[in-house]
Amino acid sequence: MSIFLNKDSKVIVQGITGGEGTKHTALMLKAGTNIVGGVNARKAGTTVTHTAKDGSTVQLPVFATVAEAMEKTGADVSVVFVPPAHAKEAVVEALDAGIGLLVVITEGIPVQDSAEFWAHAQALGNRTRIVGPNCPGVITPGEALAGITPASITGPGPIGLVSKSGTLTYQMMYELKDLGFSTAIGIGGDPVIGTTHIDALAAFEADPATKAIVMIGEIGGDAEERAAEYIKANVTKPVVGYVAGFTAPEGKTMGHAGAIVSGSSGTAQAKKEALEAAGVRVGKTPSETARLLREALAG
Amino acid sequence: MDLYEYQAKELFAAHGVPGNPGIVVTTVDEAVAAAEQLGTPVMVKSQVKTGGRGKAGGVKFAATLDDVRTHAGNILGLDIKGHITRKVLITPASDIAEEYYASFLLDRANRTYLAMCSKEGGMEIEQLAVEKPDALAKVPVDPAVGVDAAKAAEIVAAAGFDSETAPKVADVLVKLWDVFTGEDATLVEVNPLVKDPAGNVLALDGKVTLDDNAAFRHPHHADFVDNAAENPLEVQAKEQHLNYVKLSGEVGIIGNGAGLVMSTLDVVAYAGERHGGVKPANFLDIGGGASAEVMAAGLSIILSDPEVKSVFVNVFGGITACDAVANGIVKALEILGDKATKPLVVRLDGNNVEAGRAILAAANHPLVTSAHTMDEGSDIAAAKASEAIAAGK
Repeated sequence: MSIFLNKDSKVIVQGITGGEGTKHTALMLKAGTNIVGGVNARKAGTTVTHTAKDGSTVQLPVFATVAEAMEKTGADVSVVFVPPAHAKEAVVEALDAGIGLLVVITEGIPVQDSAEFWAHAQALGNRTRIVGPNCPGVITPGEALAGITPASITGPGPIGLVSKSGTLTYQMMYELKDLGFSTAIGIGGDPVIGTTHIDALAAFEADPATKAIVMIGEIGGDAEERAAEYIKANVTKPVVGYVAGFTAPEGKTMGHAGAIVSGSSGTAQAKKEALEAAGVRVGKTPSETARLLREALAG
Repeated sequence: MDLYEYQAKELFAAHGVPGNPGIVVTTVDEAVAAAEQLGTPVMVKSQVKTGGRGKAGGVKFAATLDDVRTHAGNILGLDIKGHITRKVLITPASDIAEEYYASFLLDRANRTYLAMCSKEGGMEIEQLAVEKPDALAKVPVDPAVGVDAAKAAEIVAAAGFDSETAPKVADVLVKLWDVFTGEDATLVEVNPLVKDPAGNVLALDGKVTLDDNAAFRHPHHADFVDNAAENPLEVQAKEQHLNYVKLSGEVGIIGNGAGLVMSTLDVVAYAGERHGGVKPANFLDIGGGASAEVMAAGLSIILSDPEVKSVFVNVFGGITACDAVANGIVKALEILGDKATKPLVVRLDGNNVEAGRAILAAANHPLVTSAHTMDEGSDIAAAKASEAIAAGK
């Protein structure tokens, strides 16, 4: 079991012919993902050649639109590598087509574009799960990868992970590589994102394969504080937390567009305190967090 | 990017927001000339990107040209919360009948926009929100719809304006919304928005934050960048497209990925508690592909920071292989040659880590120490910085 993504997911890639799209389509195939095609209006009707996990050569069809790709292939997941200037239209197109899961990898999308496509998704009845933007995506080790998380770090196991940061996700998967993961999801470091910590926590709580949860946050906004309230009221599985950015100064953006302390709000300390008040043990470092997770799993 | 008041007012004017345009100057003589041109009385206003200018003595009323000379002389160079005043704005002193507040901002928690409006402006909005929450109307704005005349009417009604003033404030709100969306802002705030004795509604101040991610569709926003007021190392890093933030500390940091670098700063700060209180000197995210050129550019900036006593390179090889990163470090040290003088602690983990460590071992550079974990690397880097300080280096 897993959340959001599994071996039966049929995945298309928006921007499959671009540099990033090409590189990561190859890596997603290698991870076992069932990629059924891609989208690029200017190259519709052509195919791209890749190597499947078993070493065989695959020809992936390129479609003009997401709707056509879904109709012809039965795709239910799309991964977006379209550059920032055109990302909003790519996302809106996928939303209009009614795709089930939409993973937006693109970094650098103007926040008003994200706010607009989120409003559009709501107006359509919230039928599409958006992950990202500016995220590493979703990996269900041993089954499928919709995104850019390195599939070689670890395999399947009992831990669910949700994180704002890509490299901290990789670091934590590495620290716990002997245990393995049900699903690891990077929700992205932008101020406006689709899937939240709370959405992932709810899904991990309901997933029988997930025995314990790691939640990674960072400075900016109040998503961690709200997740803490949610955990207290709704999550019965053990959760351990980590928050990055204790040394970040006020008013400076630390790499991620959303990682900024504004006045007294969005500090790492406030997030840690909120999580601890909800009964979540919070590690001071990634390695300590991994140790806490092992203790939690051992019960 | 936060804008200065005078820059915000330039955008306001371009979008038809009524205000009191002024003249921005950098010397006392220019201030007097500007006041002469506008006609006294005028306001002399410090241009710094922080709040509380008035309380700090950065905003003064000048009835005469002599007053302008005195106030401009005092305000130029004035330090307001660590921001040195390099420019002052001279504006006509408006007669004020009433002061209001208006803003549009990104509401992260609800993934939408928020309009805030109040009949009671002038004081700090944080104070107003705490002391008189009922006087501050907060109205969500749907990004798909925006603020048209009807929405603006809803906002001013929520704020409780009288029937004579309401349509005038609503008209200004529609224009401020045009600034917000037209310029890709995440904040547009006017405090105070005033009514003058003739009943005109004017924006007498302006605070605007622009979305850096949207810079590609607003080439003119580049003109708002004030390099003179930024840290020179940050300016240099930006020119080389490096994601760098200068901090006050002794351990230089290079890593890949924003989250991992933020985490590295924290772990180094904890290690510093055991080693003479040294702290991280900077944030530097070199991103996914750590090429030799990017590594060299990053190292060069960090090594030119005189505060830095040691450097910690913390890379998790995800997509990028550690051997490529190790080659990048070795080549970067070659490129830098004699300029590389400070101890370098390198922790590599992840993809092809054994090959990466082997490359560093074979290079056997006298400045480089390999660490096996992030905790160990932080500890060694902090210890080396502390030793360097003790040795008076």
